[in-house]
Amino acid sequence: MVSLPEFDVPVEKLEELIPPDLLRKELSLPERTELDVIRHFTRLSQKNFSVDTHFYPLGSCTMKYNPKVNEDIARLPGFAGAHPLQAAAQSQGILELLYNFEKYMCAIFGFDAFTLQPAAGAHGELTALMMMKAYHRDMGQAARVKVVIPDSSHGTNPASVAMVGFTPVVIKSNGRGNINVDELKKAVGEDTAGLMLTNPNTLGLFDEHILEVAEIVHKSGGLLYYDGANANANLGICRPADLGFDVAHFNLHKTFSTPHGGGGPGSGPVGVNKKLEPFLPIPRVVKENSHYALRVTHYDKSIGRVHSFHGNIGVIIKAYAYILSLGAEGLKKVSEKAVENANYMMNKLKEHYYLPYDRQCQHEFVISAKWQKEKYGIKALDIAKRLIDYGFHPPTIYFPLIVEESLMIEPTESESQETLDAFCEAMIKIAKECETDPELVKSAPHDTPVRRLDETKAAREPVLSWKTGG
Amino acid sequence: MAANLFADIPDKVRLKTPLDLPRPLSEPELVEELSRAAQQNKPSSFLGGGSCNHFIPSAVNHVIGRSEFYTAYTPYQPEASQGTLEAIYEYQSLIGELTGMAVVNASMYDGATALAEAAFMACRITGRKEIVVSQAVNPNYRAVLKTYCTAADLALKEIPFDPKTGLTPNSELITPNSSCYIIQQPNFFGNIEEVNGLADKVHAQGALFIASVDPISLGLLKPPGEYGADIVVGEGQSLGLPRSFGGPALGLFAAKKEFLRQLPGRIVGQTSDLDGKRGFVLTMSTREQHIRRERATSNICSNEALCALAATVYLSLMGKAGLRKVAELCLQKSNYLKKKLGNKVLWPNTPSFKEFAVKTNGSFGLDLSTHYSDPACRQAGLKNSELICVTELTKRNELDELVAEVLAA
Repeated sequence: MVSLPEFDVPVEKLEELIPPDLLRKELSLPERTELDVIRHFTRLSQKNFSVDTHFYPLGSCTMKYNPKVNEDIARLPGFAGAHPLQAAAQSQGILELLYNFEKYMCAIFGFDAFTLQPAAGAHGELTALMMMKAYHRDMGQAARVKVVIPDSSHGTNPASVAMVGFTPVVIKSNGRGNINVDELKKAVGEDTAGLMLTNPNTLGLFDEHILEVAEIVHKSGGLLYYDGANANANLGICRPADLGFDVAHFNLHKTFSTPHGGGGPGSGPVGVNKKLEPFLPIPRVVKENSHYALRVTHYDKSIGRVHSFHGNIGVIIKAYAYILSLGAEGLKKVSEKAVENANYMMNKLKEHYYLPYDRQCQHEFVISAKWQKEKYGIKALDIAKRLIDYGFHPPTIYFPLIVEESLMIEPTESESQETLDAFCEAMIKIAKECETDPELVKSAPHDTPVRRLDETKAAREPVLSWKTGG
Repeated sequence: MAANLFADIPDKVRLKTPLDLPRPLSEPELVEELSRAAQQNKPSSFLGGGSCNHFIPSAVNHVIGRSEFYTAYTPYQPEASQGTLEAIYEYQSLIGELTGMAVVNASMYDGATALAEAAFMACRITGRKEIVVSQAVNPNYRAVLKTYCTAADLALKEIPFDPKTGLTPNSELITPNSSCYIIQQPNFFGNIEEVNGLADKVHAQGALFIASVDPISLGLLKPPGEYGADIVVGEGQSLGLPRSFGGPALGLFAAKKEFLRQLPGRIVGQTSDLDGKRGFVLTMSTREQHIRRERATSNICSNEALCALAATVYLSLMGKAGLRKVAELCLQKSNYLKKKLGNKVLWPNTPSFKEFAVKTNGSFGLDLSTHYSDPACRQAGLKNSELICVTELTKRNELDELVAEVLAA
């Protein structure tokens, strides 16, 4: 047990402070020494692959290096100890930071204003869709309830759409991986609330007809939503607002180098143009006569709050430090390098794996284990598991859904030429193993704390805690 | 080279000028600049209201500071993620124990969004579209709930608190149209609600009973599983996380076993590998967005995994005796202050845990009038009242100084 201060006030009987029928009778928590706890969790940590230990080319997740200084800065006592409800006069440092961060995000992506409240990408999507719904209602267009989504989209898109009571309308991509413009024209109309688009999309391809797409959606009276999960491709190259997008979310835990934490905390700020600005969540950070404040009044059209307080500030501080470190030129180089790395790998691998869309990619690309499956019965999953034996975290597999046996590879700008080559060599070696020793691939991984796990059993006989398991 | 990489981007929208950002800073300049900003924040020590100054053992930060944990992604590849998966399994077990609930998810964003998701879940389960919530639930949580309900066309009914006690009265507002009834324990005013028997009344209308809890209080207070809660949510910041201006936080989410398939978010389950060895995987995924898309139980993807890890380490270090002691230090110190403040206390006879309302305008704690501005609340005395929070870290001399200042003000 941790040592805690002794009571420095007179101690009353518990029953006098809390009604006895509201007192707890039993509490069964483990009682271990600090060493036991530290050793246990240190050992657990060693069973993980992570960016700091392994190349992690997980497509659409942007597993770039997380600079250490940003971790230290977020933990400075003045930031970590700040209370979300302390007076503005006592929060000038943090409010200035948030104010500037919004300004920089506007500069990078071209929008007029941002909210920093959403705690993750999907939370940003939800917030943006709530604003879109409020906008249409305000315009007297409450019948606009359909949101067009390409079949290559993230699962969060249709799930977020459903949460605000909208209906997703899925349209097919064309043979080049772009939105099918003819299908889009047929899909939009008087009931269209908007289009959600990831660009570059989840195939890693920039939609060549983006300006036409924007025009079609706007002409129909819909709004254009940008899923910024892939924003790492185009920093300083082009800006979603200039492409015609009205609203967008960005994942600070992808593009802006904040660590993923094994599944969060993330941060999903939402940017809007003037049309949607009145609907932003409150409170908003404002600057009045060189004094920063959180304002809740004068925003009658705001959708309200979406977070207990102001968002994942600790994450935003790291992203802010990242922007300050890189500046305009540095951010542009990030995207150039990320795209260059992806194209380099794609060209090295396309002889060995089927490449469904053979065109220049952006920050990621999708190959398929189709050939290996047809000839040797080896699936994308097997190749992914075999990569673990070679010391690489697998790419994203079976996503996007429109490519069979897909492997989605995103190297990021952080990796050296040697690492990219080593990964490609392992992929090529595995392609050879599929011919020479398919069982070796199918039974992978071999050198991990556990081998392949029985997921069916996990779902059929759920053991979700010590009470039910061991 | 670089120019060709972006050939698919129409020329007329290609940026022709550099982004309008400040010149890049070197590492020492960056540290200097942001240290300056950090120093301009001074928190008051008696602020609570959903974010509290609790002790964080060093060992917590050493574990979550291991980059094998914090630079990993969501554990999609279980063979390469057993560390994260087993830690989440432990988190689910510990929160299950603390709340007395059978199933726990891998975390939500924060207390407010966990509450909103719980209300949505109750609407799915009951097929009803009305939510009933006590006004003694954190005002910010209710504000988030309202945002979510407005977007999803759900009706929200609020039960006024009893101005004489600062508690939620028995309500006639729960009807056969209600999907759920939401209370907070201890409530926003720090008062301990009389929760026994409530579940039966809620269930009699076919609604679900949702409790939003402070996990530290569960070191002493009856777990919601024992008083019949169907869904339990809460803010886990007090379990080893800094306040950090309100986030990252930790949304606790637990439910009865029968509702497992309606749970939002990720769940880790124990299973075995090809050799029969124990291992862990993400499970029940057919509820989730990446499989079920628009029919998913929620859109949540990234959650607050590292914060859940911090809570797991915190609870492991504290153990039963430690958590009880933290809770009792909060209770005793807070009640010592309450006694000393005498008639300055708004509801002196209502039992409270670590927070309570004080009649003052001295900016010592949280000004309740900004959160309760409607006429009824003003009449209840909230116009000139503040919420004072006392934790295990508040020292007696600080309490005595506060007494002197409040009585003098």
